[in-house]
Amino acid sequence: MKAPAFDYIRAATVAEACAALAAEGPDARLIAGGQSLLPAMNLRLASPRMLIDIGRIAGLGRIAVDGDMLRIGALARHDAILRDATVAHHVPLLTEALRHVAHPAIRTRGTIGGNLAHADPASELPACMLALQAVIEAVSPRGTRRIAADAFFAGLFQTALEPDEMLTAVEIPLPAGPFFFQEIARRAGDYAIVGLAASATRFAYFSVADRPAMRAPFAALDFDPPNDLQATGAMRLHLAGVLRDNALTALGIRA
Amino acid sequence: MKIVLTVNGETVRADIEPRVHLADFLREHLSLTGTHLGCEHGVCGACTVRLDGALVRACLVLAVQADGCSVETIEGLSDSGEIADLQKAFHDRNALQCGYCTPGMLIAAQDLLLHDQDPSRAAIREHLSGNYCRCTGYHAIVDAVAATAAERNRGRPG
Repeated sequence: MKAPAFDYIRAATVAEACAALAAEGPDARLIAGGQSLLPAMNLRLASPRMLIDIGRIAGLGRIAVDGDMLRIGALARHDAILRDATVAHHVPLLTEALRHVAHPAIRTRGTIGGNLAHADPASELPACMLALQAVIEAVSPRGTRRIAADAFFAGLFQTALEPDEMLTAVEIPLPAGPFFFQEIARRAGDYAIVGLAASATRFAYFSVADRPAMRAPFAALDFDPPNDLQATGAMRLHLAGVLRDNALTALGIRA
Repeated sequence: MKIVLTVNGETVRADIEPRVHLADFLREHLSLTGTHLGCEHGVCGACTVRLDGALVRACLVLAVQADGCSVETIEGLSDSGEIADLQKAFHDRNALQCGYCTPGMLIAAQDLLLHDQDPSRAAIREHLSGNYCRCTGYHAIVDAVAATAAERNRGRPG
């Protein structure tokens, strides 16, 4: 199908985007890469009256180590992060996870900021943010706010962002330490049936609940995963346990 | 909204509604019907084109987002001769039947070969995993891409 009609403006700065969001109200949506929003619009699951295109805001896709953290601008595209040597050196968990994010032609457009703000519970990156204890930076007309990843994902496609707030960057504390990443999907690029992004102490499961779920390595997997065409909830729960065991072995963690 | 972009090397000016995606713009406004529309939500890969050199889904890019950009379609890649060997390999190995997925397959395969001169069959399958074929099956397509890579490597010095 085709998207319903909407108005479109291009924001040149973060301030301009936030002002437009505040002025246009809840029927306005930010668009960056559009790889989640445009399918939803074409399927008419979303019908914003106004799109505010932030895709050309200068400098918002920068990837750099800043003191004891890796800072990734919201507009950094999956493909750019995947190919970035600094990311591969400091946070190889992200590099590994990004290999599993959709297909090459989606990764060239999709952005980390859009992915996190979309908050798809089957997505790899939100779980990575939990495992890495990332901090999400958001800007509004009231100023800049830093939100711990643990408090950011609030439910199915829901985040802690206020209606006039824009996600501008993520900050990942360094050193990131050892990692484990594995997901089970029927085909490369498909949505994960279940996945696990883990550091030595934080195991973040995805595709098991309405949001990514963080558990200590040996904590009970008290999830009630959904049934859908890909898998039953019981199969997801079983596979989550398999991934946890794989992670414990790979990371050399003993009870 | 007024846009100016380059399509297959030619400057194009248009005044279009924001809801028109790039695939419809290419097909309906420029009559470049080699870009096919399958699912229209980014799953099937039939609408794959190059945007500023990068592989994209034309159904998931608004034409207004392509303002100021350079777009290359299957017509451009075909006319320039850039993928003549790949097209011949598809033909030789019966890597198409109905042909609906073929433009997207060719552009995605060429993108892989530009980044990886000697891809494994697994790498070819992974790179083409976002392009659906519903009649030929993937085996002959992977054969054609692998054969093209091998042929190009024979032509390279050293």
